[in-house]
Amino acid sequence: MDTTGLTPLFAMLVPVLGALGVVLLRHVPPARELCGVVAGVVQVGLVASLVPAVRDGGTVSVTLSTFLPQVSIALRADALGVVLAGTAAILWVLTTLYAMGYFGTAPDPALTRFHGCLCLTMAATVGVAFSANLITLYLFYEAMTIITYPLVAHAGTPEAVRGGRRYLAYQLGAGIAFLLPAIILTYVEAGTFDFVPGGIFGPDASSVLLVIVYVLYLLGIAKAALMPVHSWLPAAMVAPVPVSALLHAVAVVNVGVFCVMRVVLDVYGSELVGDLGLGALTLVLTSATIIIASLYALRLDSLKGILAYSTIGQLSYMMLGVALLSPGGRLGAILHLVGHSFSKITLFFAVGSIYLASHRTLASELRGIGRQLPLTMGAFAIGALSIIGLPPTVGFVAKYFLFLGAVEAGQWLVLVVLSVSTLLSAEYYLRIMHGALLVGPALVPSGGADSAAGLRGPSVSEPSGLVVGPMLVTAVVTLVLGVAPGWLLDLIRLSIG
Amino acid sequence: MNEISAAEQVGFPILSTLVFLPVLTMVALAFVRSDRALRRVALAGALVVLFLSLVLTALFRRDVSDFQFGEQLPWVEAIGVSYHLAVDGVSVLFVPLTALLVVVVMLTSWTSVRHQPKAYLIAVLAFETAAIGVFTSVDLILFFVFWELMLIPTYVVIKIWGTGSQRGRAALRYVLAMLLGSSALLVGFVLLGVDYRSSEGSDGALSFDLLELMSSPAGPGTQTTVFFLLGFAFALKAPMFPFHGWLAGTLVEGPIGMAMFLAGLKMGVFGFLRFVLPLAPDAFAQWSWLVALLGVVAVLYGALIALVQQDLRRLVAFASISHVGLAMLGLSTLNAQGLQGALFLIDNLALVSTGMLLAAGYIHLRFGSTDLSALGGLAGRMPLLTTFTLVVSLGAIALPGTSGFPGEFLVLLGAFRAHGWLAMVAVVTVILAAAYVLVSIERAFHGRVRGTVAAAVQDLRPREAVPAAIIGVLIITVGFFPGAVLDYSSASVDDLVHRLDSSTTASTEN
Repeated sequence: MDTTGLTPLFAMLVPVLGALGVVLLRHVPPARELCGVVAGVVQVGLVASLVPAVRDGGTVSVTLSTFLPQVSIALRADALGVVLAGTAAILWVLTTLYAMGYFGTAPDPALTRFHGCLCLTMAATVGVAFSANLITLYLFYEAMTIITYPLVAHAGTPEAVRGGRRYLAYQLGAGIAFLLPAIILTYVEAGTFDFVPGGIFGPDASSVLLVIVYVLYLLGIAKAALMPVHSWLPAAMVAPVPVSALLHAVAVVNVGVFCVMRVVLDVYGSELVGDLGLGALTLVLTSATIIIASLYALRLDSLKGILAYSTIGQLSYMMLGVALLSPGGRLGAILHLVGHSFSKITLFFAVGSIYLASHRTLASELRGIGRQLPLTMGAFAIGALSIIGLPPTVGFVAKYFLFLGAVEAGQWLVLVVLSVSTLLSAEYYLRIMHGALLVGPALVPSGGADSAAGLRGPSVSEPSGLVVGPMLVTAVVTLVLGVAPGWLLDLIRLSIG
Repeated sequence: MNEISAAEQVGFPILSTLVFLPVLTMVALAFVRSDRALRRVALAGALVVLFLSLVLTALFRRDVSDFQFGEQLPWVEAIGVSYHLAVDGVSVLFVPLTALLVVVVMLTSWTSVRHQPKAYLIAVLAFETAAIGVFTSVDLILFFVFWELMLIPTYVVIKIWGTGSQRGRAALRYVLAMLLGSSALLVGFVLLGVDYRSSEGSDGALSFDLLELMSSPAGPGTQTTVFFLLGFAFALKAPMFPFHGWLAGTLVEGPIGMAMFLAGLKMGVFGFLRFVLPLAPDAFAQWSWLVALLGVVAVLYGALIALVQQDLRRLVAFASISHVGLAMLGLSTLNAQGLQGALFLIDNLALVSTGMLLAAGYIHLRFGSTDLSALGGLAGRMPLLTTFTLVVSLGAIALPGTSGFPGEFLVLLGAFRAHGWLAMVAVVTVILAAAYVLVSIERAFHGRVRGTVAAAVQDLRPREAVPAAIIGVLIITVGFFPGAVLDYSSASVDDLVHRLDSSTTASTEN
């Protein structure tokens, strides 16, 4: 049932209040961080309260302001939006706690900026999730770009500023050069900006234009990191771990994939995407991205770099699932959006934990570290198994549905791509785990500048509970969703009709 | 075209009050001695005008396209000139914007103008009278009088209180350019008045009344001549490419307060909307390709030049040339979206250009120049100024959620409908805008602490923070609720589009 209600608006505004609290309480550190936590918990509650309303395929909407008769800034929560917003909100709470452990809670202005921007990023994420039309979507999408820039350049070093600039240039450039024209052309052709399940284009729309606009969308939504607009993501790895964890495993990249899903499902509609051959086009692009990203990851030694390229590949899994245009594919795609978030953030948390404990950032430096950091490497193993797609993790369930979707759609080549990519990702994750868990500690770690820290092997121990705790929670969720995905599958099934 | 009289709407001639209140304040200033009292009296006068202009805005009826708050007195009846003031959806918002700008200019002059503050304040008030007169006149000759009246305070202010060593030349150059334009304007106006004599219902009398002229459009030959004469004058004023030569020099050499007026109040674009479109609709439609072309070239040219500017004021100058180009592209579409967008864009420019120049003023006061390349790392020292500048920059690059977005978006929408792929060129420049604004701001505010920034600098004082906060909040509020602004203009713009449509059809049928 479609109802009107303010809950989506409140869910979007709570983090803004959180940011205000962060600024006001900047001189009383633990309270500053708790603002974010409290806002996050309230946001989780608000998003959860929307579940009953959207379970039966209903929506909750609210119009903020109207530009022109058909053009408005409006929020509308549906099941897909609730899935995105809920995932991000839960992981925001955990990331804020993790950041307290990772950075400490000194009254440093840089940390105030960090927590404030993190809050605002969540406002933008929920705004995108609950956007009722392309204009609102674009508004929050671009707001997110600006707000996340200080987070990426957090360290303030020349390297961080360079990475941040590249991030900003890519995102803004693609957004303005491709996404904005795509949105305007959509309006010119369809006469509306509103998302409608099944699409908004009339039967007499020019197919050449629709193909061009679709390509503009794929290029413009750079946050989805589809090749060739992916290179901002590795560049953004200059950010500290908590930022990479929440933004580049969850919030920003999920928003990208979510936008592509909205375009396919609610702007074009599966049928039109199929008729125009755009499904096949997307399959080719995502398949290429999946394979190339895996090959890149194989060559890298930097842990965060590997995770970044792994993310690029996994995001394409989700878009590939939607582009299969079959129920199984969509189900797998959306489930993967949730599952990948929990799994990949676990991996990032673990990498941060390793860094705190030993200042190691390279895969080759991890020999035998599993004996010193059993919890961290245990969580890492669960996250990695999920990304590879092995049971009993959520990654397995998602991949199962993607395979199912490919069979339903009769796309046998996609099965090959998925299989090859599984093998490749198994290779680079298992390589790390093999070194860390199964081999004895190296006598002389190959750590370069930081080797002094590594030499004092026995002193390496698990960091504080605030770092380990959130990491274990996300690892456990990865397992729980793998063993009991039922209720989540129900919600997703309803969201795709 | 109907008119609702002021007597009916508020019971007193509110527009005349708005126009002449600043004159009263000027008289009052003549009797004040101390500097402190001077500034307070002038600010109080400006605040009363701002308040009254808000009353005007609040009482304005948004559901009709009529001219409102009309008041008319006979003036030179022999040649059909009358004292006739009224506002419609196109002009009404410029009154509070002008009043707001005057308040902002006075607040910024508090510390930056030490030399002869009385004369400076009188000049600013004179400018306010003339500017509000320009926006509210619906008699062509009365409009012309106010239009010319603006020149004197502008010249004086640039010449005496300018910050550059070449200010005398800049002031002269400005005046010469404007006089060139206004002579064309006068000829155009007279042509229209004379042409009216041959129309039905004129009884052989001249008329310079906008409403009367609109009811009987001029012939095609007159329209073309008028289009070029008026177009030239307004293009010079806007300034529209390739008539922009005077702008950068005037902004850099003159004081920042005057720069706010010149870059913030886009009277040239307003002139097109007020006079050229309604009075020469067929000629405008016929030559709209030229307007579109010049608009797109201006958008590109302004953005490219802005890209290499080190000086914040020069940057504002070229950015505003680019924005005016976009507004002209909006006008050339002749559809509701394009016109609404153009109007919204110039409303927004009043906020964004003023905001940028406000920031430039604060920087100038502290470092003695507005050259950004000498600065670096301001963010850590001046968080308030940084936040303000960032908000304004986002408005300048037209990010959604700021007042820059709706106008630009509507113009592009209209342009896609009217000109197809020509609009793509304009889209590209939006990226350039992002580049030139963010690059220079980033350089000055982030990165290493450089040069004079190293010394202890004072962040915004409360008196400086107030205008900054007002402009910042307006940019964001209007960005989220553009409907409130568009509501004002939609009826009048629809009426204008209807007029353009019907006249084009009529002329093709003939």
